[in-house]
Amino acid sequence: MFNWLQYFADWLIYSVFGISAKSHLGEALDFFVFDTLKIFILLFIITTIMGGVNSYFPVDKVRNFLSRNKMYGLEYLFASTFGVITPFCSCSSVPLFIGFVKGGIPLGITFTYLITAPLVNEVAIAIFAGTFGFKVTAIYVGTGIVLGIIGGYVLGKLKLEKFLSPWVQGIIANASTEEELLEEKQTLTQRFPTILKEALNIVKGVSIYIIIGIAVGGAMHGFLPTGFFEHYINKGQWYAVPLAVIMGVPMYSNAAGVIPVVQVLVAKGVPLGTAIAFMMGVIGLSLPEAMLLKKVMAWQLIAIYFGTIAFFMVLSGYLFNFIL
Amino acid sequence: MKHIKVLGPGCAKCKTTYNNVLEAIKQTGVEAEVIKIEDIMEMIKYDVLTTPVLMIDGVTKVKGRVADINEIKQFLTA
Repeated sequence: MFNWLQYFADWLIYSVFGISAKSHLGEALDFFVFDTLKIFILLFIITTIMGGVNSYFPVDKVRNFLSRNKMYGLEYLFASTFGVITPFCSCSSVPLFIGFVKGGIPLGITFTYLITAPLVNEVAIAIFAGTFGFKVTAIYVGTGIVLGIIGGYVLGKLKLEKFLSPWVQGIIANASTEEELLEEKQTLTQRFPTILKEALNIVKGVSIYIIIGIAVGGAMHGFLPTGFFEHYINKGQWYAVPLAVIMGVPMYSNAAGVIPVVQVLVAKGVPLGTAIAFMMGVIGLSLPEAMLLKKVMAWQLIAIYFGTIAFFMVLSGYLFNFIL
Repeated sequence: MKHIKVLGPGCAKCKTTYNNVLEAIKQTGVEAEVIKIEDIMEMIKYDVLTTPVLMIDGVTKVKGRVADINEIKQFLTA
């Protein structure tokens, strides 16, 4: 699918710039050009598609849908899937949390959405597809959805309402079902310019992280020998996966910056599951998000929330190592 | 006189929106009052789900993303 791009990168670096294909520099630059272009193309396509879906299912609609429908547990699946579709910024987590519980949506389902939303988003999917191919991407998205469902369900069963800030408990007590949204009907042709503009904005916004990520990855790719990390990290070490998640949490980065680096870790011998667990820790759990959540919940709940998610991240890391 | 509100808990995107609003006002010369709402309690009164939100004269114009300067200029002069 991207053969033509590889030819282009080879041609540019080896013929136009005349850098030897056998040199570390040539190898690193070739990797950089190919990966950057491939990821940008995929990113643009996927953000446009997701933008289109999102234009029809904005988060307000999702909230109202979840608020009005009781579906015998299916709502967890919906909340998690919606988490994938809707774009998410950690600074929206608090208003979103309040908005959900205000609509009478149970805590567990709210958590499901909050777990999946940062973990699986359009940027992560595009970069994942660009670096690891579509099969691994599908497994990743599937894992993210299941992780959200199980994590949210477990958190919901723990009866954690008492750890919410008193004013949030007040909101829950007065929760009411959301009304149907009034929205103007728009045709796809009317929506398309906005969708396209949004997609370009997203690509523009993350481009710097992608370029830095791929540059770091490219440098490691060209200069580190294959199997470099195997000596330190391998599947046999049971503690590698939990350690990867724990190391990932304080690192605050987005999918755009961390995935190209993770790819190189894998290429140089880190087991894929361990690398993905690390990545989930980096993008799915962040300290700034914890600081924001402090406004609506006691630290015990934040600790339980983070602990539960981290636990399931570790679990999926082992699972990935087992099946891939 | 336009009444503009920028809602958001103080993240980078919210600051960019706020600065864009100020710039758009400067460029158009429209008389406007800008209020930045960073308090969560205040924010939920407006039923905000995604931030930042740009409100002009009580109407939500943009939510969940940064409004760019040209866009805001259009809102101001409309």
